[in-house]
Amino acid sequence: MKSIEAIRADFPILQREINGLPLAYLDNAATSQKPLAVLQAMDDYYRLRNANVHRGVHTLSEEATTLYEGARGRIARFINAPSSKQVIFTRNATEAVNLVAYSWGLDTLKPGDEVLITQMEHHANIVPWQLITERTGATLRYVPLDPQGMLRLDLLNELLTERTRLFAFVAMSNVLGTINPVAELVARAHGVGALALVDGAQSVPHLPVDVQALNCDFLVFSGHKMCGPTGSGVLYGRRELLERMPPFMGGGDMIREVRLDGSRWNTLPWKFEAGTPAIAEVIGLGAAVDYLTGLGMEWAQQREHALVRYAMEQLERVEGLRILGPGPEQRGGAVAFTLGEIHPHDTAAILDAEGIAIRAGHHCAQPIHDFYGIAASARASFYFYNTFEEIDRLVMALDKVHSVLGI
Amino acid sequence: MDALYREAILDHYKYPRHKGHLDNPDVSYFDHNPFCGDEITLELKIEHGVVVEAAFDGRGCAISQASASMMTEEIIGKPLEELKGWTKDDILDLLGIEIGPVRLKCALLPLKALKAGVWGIDDSDA
Ligand SMILES: Cc1ncc(COP(=O)(O)O)c(C=O)c1O
Repeated sequence: MKSIEAIRADFPILQREINGLPLAYLDNAATSQKPLAVLQAMDDYYRLRNANVHRGVHTLSEEATTLYEGARGRIARFINAPSSKQVIFTRNATEAVNLVAYSWGLDTLKPGDEVLITQMEHHANIVPWQLITERTGATLRYVPLDPQGMLRLDLLNELLTERTRLFAFVAMSNVLGTINPVAELVARAHGVGALALVDGAQSVPHLPVDVQALNCDFLVFSGHKMCGPTGSGVLYGRRELLERMPPFMGGGDMIREVRLDGSRWNTLPWKFEAGTPAIAEVIGLGAAVDYLTGLGMEWAQQREHALVRYAMEQLERVEGLRILGPGPEQRGGAVAFTLGEIHPHDTAAILDAEGIAIRAGHHCAQPIHDFYGIAASARASFYFYNTFEEIDRLVMALDKVHSVLGI
Repeated sequence: MDALYREAILDHYKYPRHKGHLDNPDVSYFDHNPFCGDEITLELKIEHGVVVEAAFDGRGCAISQASASMMTEEIIGKPLEELKGWTKDDILDLLGIEIGPVRLKCALLPLKALKAGVWGIDDSDA
């Protein structure tokens, strides 16, 4: 196993200083940093092989296509998809949810149908369903939270009915850190004949995910939160569903044949990839997946678990600090908190002066904050490259926030 | 310490001036910043077109609350005509700091409330 120092050396940005102090990057739930291997894969593509994919017969185009499709295969293996045809590239998790909403949702949902989501969703898994249920006359329902930041699964019997067409839920909350029992929730959805969409934006980067074991119908995630570049995202879907779904966007690459009186669609996965894709970014995501596989996702999960457990212990000692969400056993690496009456923006600004990057705001999950009756929270979120010393610095800086702003 | 939290700002944040409510204000205006949750209610008493009393109430970050405190202190005794011409620079001069684009919204919330509240005031009794 590589040492943490060696792993950190793979990430050039982690050598940076902010305000004269070493950067402590604790905003990984927003986006992760990128290892050299990813930067080099993209650089190599642009320097040596840049060409459009699926089009030319010249050498560069073939090399680019091989790299692009090779990345698809690696990502399919990473999530244990039965076939790489079930891995569709999107810009990000948000676009992947929208793809399902506009393709499957518009085509399927009718008045009387229900879509069930939860109160802990990121806006990316709320707003598309609000838009689509409004347009189709279907009803949107929510699984509420309990005060510990867990889903009220005791209400699932009432909420999940034969009217439910889809249960879309987050595998790991980006605010509460809560890890939901995905396989169990998928089975419950299937039990009433509904499909299950899993928002894996926070789970795929942080723990082993096996779509066959979860048995989900759709899984969405973003490359940029898992060491890959922005602009790379994935929709995994069950084969029969993807085959039946109409295209999301029309254009080049997604067609087999275009005549003036109509067109025929390309096969999977290209049916859903209209236009020139984010070639360099997908190649970068392929390199990111190789990097993560090299470290081992089980190892990454354990490392983060140790960091989170330590962070929660230490944070609890900070005066007035209240952590949102469950204890370390039920959560991943995102720890949102409030600090007495101190506004999270002030907390984050004072931490920034100490070289520590955390996020402040509602983290694109306003319903969670409404539930707790707060406008915003501060959030520290970890990745495997973070250190226990960075957590010590975080805690010391939070004490400083008190001494500067304490009233 | 961070230049953003210079002494004067912290002083106004911790010991806000004119915080509270006026009896029978001529202007009372609530405004908020949904992205970060800063809130302020600005109240004014106007006589002959001049602000004679000002108060604010609110919650939010140090920058928004210090800005409200400094602004209420500053506008008392000033004619509305002059205040309508105030811009972000007037507020930044009061705060005495440079502010990046994200926090600027916090700093300018009180001015926004002032302008929205004053706009449409019937100050014909002036
Ligand atoms: C749980 C969850 N879902 C979805 C998203 C949306 O990701 P993106 O903005 O990359 O589409 C995020 C990103 O913050 C997230 O944390």
